[in-house]
Amino acid sequence: MSRSIALRRRALLGSALRHVALLLIAAFALLPFVWMVVTSLKPPGEILSSVITWWPKRFYAVENYTAALSTAPLARYLLNGVIVTAAIFFLQVLIALPAAYALAKLRFKGREAVFTLVFFCILIPYHALAVPLFVMFHYMGILNSYAALILPFTISVFGIFLMRQFFMTVPDDLVDAARMDGISEFGIVWRVMLPTAIPAVTALGIFSVVAHWNDYFWPLIALVDDAYFTPSLGVVAFRNQEAGSNYGPLMAAATLIVLPLITAFLLAQRRFIEGITLSGMK
Amino acid sequence: MTDHAITDRAITNRAMTDRTALPAAAAGNARPAKARAPARKAARRQARTAYALLAPALLLMAGLLILPLAAIFALALTDYQLGAQAIAFIGIDNFKALAVDPVFWQALGNTLLYAAMVVPGSIGLGLVAALLIESGTSLRSFYRAALFLPVMATLIAMAIVWEFMLHPTFGLVNAMLGVFGIAPHNWLLDKATALPVLAVIGIWQQFGFAMVLFLAGLVSIPRQLYEAAALDGVPGGWERFRLITWPLLGPVSLFILVISATRAFQVFDVVYALTKGGPSKSTEVMLYSIYTEGFEFFRTGYASALTIVFIVLILAVTLIKKTVLEKRVHYA
Repeated sequence: MSRSIALRRRALLGSALRHVALLLIAAFALLPFVWMVVTSLKPPGEILSSVITWWPKRFYAVENYTAALSTAPLARYLLNGVIVTAAIFFLQVLIALPAAYALAKLRFKGREAVFTLVFFCILIPYHALAVPLFVMFHYMGILNSYAALILPFTISVFGIFLMRQFFMTVPDDLVDAARMDGISEFGIVWRVMLPTAIPAVTALGIFSVVAHWNDYFWPLIALVDDAYFTPSLGVVAFRNQEAGSNYGPLMAAATLIVLPLITAFLLAQRRFIEGITLSGMK
Repeated sequence: MTDHAITDRAITNRAMTDRTALPAAAAGNARPAKARAPARKAARRQARTAYALLAPALLLMAGLLILPLAAIFALALTDYQLGAQAIAFIGIDNFKALAVDPVFWQALGNTLLYAAMVVPGSIGLGLVAALLIESGTSLRSFYRAALFLPVMATLIAMAIVWEFMLHPTFGLVNAMLGVFGIAPHNWLLDKATALPVLAVIGIWQQFGFAMVLFLAGLVSIPRQLYEAAALDGVPGGWERFRLITWPLLGPVSLFILVISATRAFQVFDVVYALTKGGPSKSTEVMLYSIYTEGFEFFRTGYASALTIVFIVLILAVTLIKKTVLEKRVHYA
């Protein structure tokens, strides 16, 4: 009897310790987010004080967020981000899916060679191609445009690989039945394979959108004109403009840029974790 | 009835040979000579379709991946500068220049040092977090979401938040450390602390990634193993971790190690936003060098040589994973 009480007490203590440790780690992970949002709600006087306050005494959100949206064309940057990430994902699917289908379900000479090539291309680190792509785009005259932001990522070799692996698991009978119904091979890709592959396409989409919404390296290289700035470039431009003194609006801008993905993440956690950890397969 | 079935099958067979090549190749020998010709025709048609479906992907792969990759190796052997009229083949002079360039060695050293801090830091913290989350049932998804948040937040925006938190006079970090009696410090302007501080930001950003992969690995360890171990007298806690959990996490750990190292080698955003490689080159890293050489000074040839070193660095880690994976880890 007393032993079971001791055991229970031990379990309780263990559980309490688990929560204390995890809350500490969570505090480390969340601190920048909390501080960003809290600061975006504070008036300048409270921000520049050396005393830590976790909630604004005077609510200054409207002023900060209006300043963020009016000082720099932040709405424009966000719109650019949507245009660029959506276009990249759309083109990736458009180009990768037929290729993946051919590699998974069709027989032709050189299939192994093409697959090996795909595998080889997955190994190329994306930062490594920035120099030649920059030179190439310079001579094509397409630097500083949406095309410059989108074109390098239209081909997703990783997407081809991923979708090919998925298509391998689709039974051949399904494809044969579609052929007997007189659906063309091109039709099979979109009307038969795509519907079965929605989970994989979703994962690829999350992976792709997160990567390109957050990307800073390539947009920084490809753009000079702020008309095409993506959110990540926008927030840095905003900081440089404000010379780092106007923290309320700056934190408001950062919040607005981080918010879309975080909202989506909180709504579909499992899918997001799945999609982002995909990059580990590379 | 039987007749019906036979005709049905005959029709199906014909339809198959017409429309698919898969059975044609497999059953080619068993088929009468007459059937082979259409089968071969169908196979040819299928091959044509395949090439058509692959064409856009292959074209873009060639133009956007293979050609640029080849161009790097070619450019690295030239003195090319963007916009210059002349271009000359200079052999391995760029690499010779690299070898005696102190900034290059500094960048390489800093990149490795940064990785040496971030990789164990994020893997260690990720493993601890995963074990803690797995060890109980309450609030699992809250903790998982909270710790994963930095992984997917726009790093450059969060870097600016970190910069604000690290502000020497009214930053949160100094204020919090002040509570413990630690004097305020200008973390990003001190040669000794700038890179370690960037590494802390790197760990903050990456450990959630390691955590979710460890969580996946932990879930795949069969419960029976723990039960069997308990019967064999293995106590809980550390012994259980050392004898069962850790060895079974082997493949996952190696995988996480490679990904973390690759990501650490690619550090750029925080350096660009917070330190620009300074103070006095103490945070100069590979990608930042490539960026300044290639896109600020437009010394394309030299930047290409740097890029090749960078590629070798990344591929080395990937190859280690491949060989070790094939040799050693066959548990799961």
